[in-house]
Amino acid sequence: MSDELDEIQAIFFEECTEGLTTAEEGLSAMQAGDVSAEIIAGVFRAVHSIKGGAGAFGHTDLTAFAHKFENVLDEVRAGKIAPTPGVVKVMLSSFDILSDHVAAARGTGPRPNDAATLVLLEQVLANKGVDGDDAGAPAAAAPAPEPTAAPAGEADEFGFVPVGVSLDDFDAPASEPAPLGNWIVRFGPSRAALANAGEPLLVIREVESLGGWIESVDTSALPGLRDLDCEDSYFVWTLGVPGEVEQSMIADCFDFVPPDSIVEITRAEVAAPAPAPAAEEADEFGFTPVGVSLDDFDVPAPEAAPVAPALKLVEPAVEEAAAKAAPERAAAAEAAQTIRVDLGKLDLLLNLVGELVIRNSILADRLSPADQQRVELPELARLTRQIQDNVMSLRAQPIKQAFSRVPRMLRDLSTETGKKILLETTGETTEVDKGVIEKIGDPLTHMIRNAADHGLESAEERIAAGKSPEGTIKLSAEQRGARIFVRVSDNGRGIDRERVKAKAIEKGIIPADAQLTNEEIDQLICAPGFSTAATISNISGRGVGMDVVRSNVEALGGRLEISSTPGQGTSFTMVLPLTLAILDGMIVRLAGQRFVLPLSNVLETVQPEPGQVKRTSPDSEVIDMRGSYVPVKRATEIFGLNDDRAIEDSLVVIVESESAGRVGLVVDTIDDRREVVIKSLDQNLHPIRGLGGATILGDGSIALILDIEALVASPTRYTPKGLAA
Amino acid sequence: MTKLILTVDDSASMRMLLKTSLTAQGYRIESANDGQHGLERMHEVKPDLLITDINMPKMDGFELIEAVRALNEFRGTPILVLSTEFSDEKKTRAREAGATGWITKPFEATKLGAAIRRVCP
Repeated sequence: MSDELDEIQAIFFEECTEGLTTAEEGLSAMQAGDVSAEIIAGVFRAVHSIKGGAGAFGHTDLTAFAHKFENVLDEVRAGKIAPTPGVVKVMLSSFDILSDHVAAARGTGPRPNDAATLVLLEQVLANKGVDGDDAGAPAAAAPAPEPTAAPAGEADEFGFVPVGVSLDDFDAPASEPAPLGNWIVRFGPSRAALANAGEPLLVIREVESLGGWIESVDTSALPGLRDLDCEDSYFVWTLGVPGEVEQSMIADCFDFVPPDSIVEITRAEVAAPAPAPAAEEADEFGFTPVGVSLDDFDVPAPEAAPVAPALKLVEPAVEEAAAKAAPERAAAAEAAQTIRVDLGKLDLLLNLVGELVIRNSILADRLSPADQQRVELPELARLTRQIQDNVMSLRAQPIKQAFSRVPRMLRDLSTETGKKILLETTGETTEVDKGVIEKIGDPLTHMIRNAADHGLESAEERIAAGKSPEGTIKLSAEQRGARIFVRVSDNGRGIDRERVKAKAIEKGIIPADAQLTNEEIDQLICAPGFSTAATISNISGRGVGMDVVRSNVEALGGRLEISSTPGQGTSFTMVLPLTLAILDGMIVRLAGQRFVLPLSNVLETVQPEPGQVKRTSPDSEVIDMRGSYVPVKRATEIFGLNDDRAIEDSLVVIVESESAGRVGLVVDTIDDRREVVIKSLDQNLHPIRGLGGATILGDGSIALILDIEALVASPTRYTPKGLAA
Repeated sequence: MTKLILTVDDSASMRMLLKTSLTAQGYRIESANDGQHGLERMHEVKPDLLITDINMPKMDGFELIEAVRALNEFRGTPILVLSTEFSDEKKTRAREAGATGWITKPFEATKLGAAIRRVCP
């Protein structure tokens, strides 16, 4: 049961995340001036749901805060508080606190200090707006009507009816300390109590479940059959309940009984112990009057009589209409229905599809070109590919999730830097593999911080440059082919290439006489240990630079593109693969064994001429690439494979790595180029430096996938000073 | 015979919570995720009891109850509304819409069971 609850709670937190996204979008729209009822209702609903769920899971802090926030939203929704900019601002900061409360409930953050915000919300509630804001709505009578302020907690339970403890009838002092007298309950359901499918009998059963019984039934109001209205109520029951039962529990039974019914709960005198008749008898007794009076007249039961025929008349029509509408309904229901699937199951499915792809290529390899069965292969391959694409799409999620925390971040950044920042977002619905979404959060955060801190100028600087005082950061996502482009661009000052270059020379990243293109200079921003900010600011200068962004993106099999126009702005684009499960690979041989080299790392391949590879020290070699020297690595040495082949008989694959720039890898031969399904090794083996996974090739043999970054990471080219930070 | 309950709530966790609690008490559960969907499901599953949340997109709980009550077929079907609080005002509103009773969230399993027994034989 508790596992089940944990699972439900996990879903609740997912809903919180969705709810917070909705609320934030709504509030941002309100901030931008869209205060339509629909938007406000959406925000209200989101906060309301969070409150409801939080209550169910016992997150009292979250519940309490959401409750207060909801009260304000409710008043705004009801038009009692106008959503002026001041009010929206309070709601935005409430939203931030609410997010923090959710994080705290989830155990991923500290409990926020919400005192100040609670006071603001309280003020908004009390003043029907924010001081200094324009008038607001005409003040309504009183602050939000809290549930009836009755004395004790139990009063809530039966706030519906003044429980008339009329002691007059019994003339008993309520103060006897000794044995408790039994409860006497008079129950006379009104006509309304029979409406809405209400059933007094069930209420009496509930009283019986507390140990109660029917004392007597007053049927004196029952008219003759001619005047009987089957939808009216005529009986008044007198019920007895043992004295030990709490009054609130009895009152609970009558919670749904409309206020115009008779419900009187009183304590009987101890002296008159109620004879408790057997339950069956009581039942019999309670209901026979109806049966008897009707049997005499030999007609069906009154309740059934008029209602049933009416139903019969109408039902066929309803059925028919229902049958007609059925297909549309089914379609609509289908569109609305979603199921939640454990991510592990999807991963398993993806794995199995991977196997299918592999088996498919094995089959293609085994069947000789002349084989008649071959004609089926292209169709099989096409189907397999379709299944694969579909399974991939199951893991796809709108990138919105990764974008959702940006608005708040920018609000904070705006406060910290004193810059006014506008955010424009496009392509939030672009779908990306869940794994990718989870991993772009950090680089995205850093790119945004970088744009706000370094990219955009201060308001004064902007005005001086003839720009609008507010800077704009654009966040966009789009899919092109099998790649996703996530771009952060600003309309700030652009990259100061002179300064970047000077800095790079100063830090020893490039030689003083280096001739670099603009693009190469821009890329220097991502060099390890590079930071151009004149002062290390609190915002982006946290000891990590854009180099970390680049390595994160490359770890995802993507690349980072930078473009900048002086005075007009800079844009950083993460070009990411749609999925992490399939890799475009080059099949190479090392000491006779096959390995997969990720194609995204490969720049070019060279058949070395004699003398092109030079030994610079006993254990380092370089290759002369059109005048520039590129370090050469032998993977065979790293893996301890036996390789005595002369370098002139080998091939050198020039790869681009983040940590060491261009590196030449010595391989025996290049066999093939193909898409491979990545199989993780971590469940079976300890991590092995230089290996990123494995795959199964068409002939059924296993090939290990090389992890270029790990393989080449060694300080042969320059010392990555910044990496340590 | 096992009673069939249709629960309508836009929150999946709340639906699951209801389902877990009610299944344990011997009820069969069907569910829908908003008012409109709930109305469609009413026709499909013809439940013995409808339990609905109030605040939902597309069609809220009150609108759903009114729509259900307007159908002769469901005139006698008990309906419980779920909400985090029930002021007298809200109870009146619920009753006017056609609700038979209400359950305050968060609910204890025993109270939930008792509320159901009070409206559903």
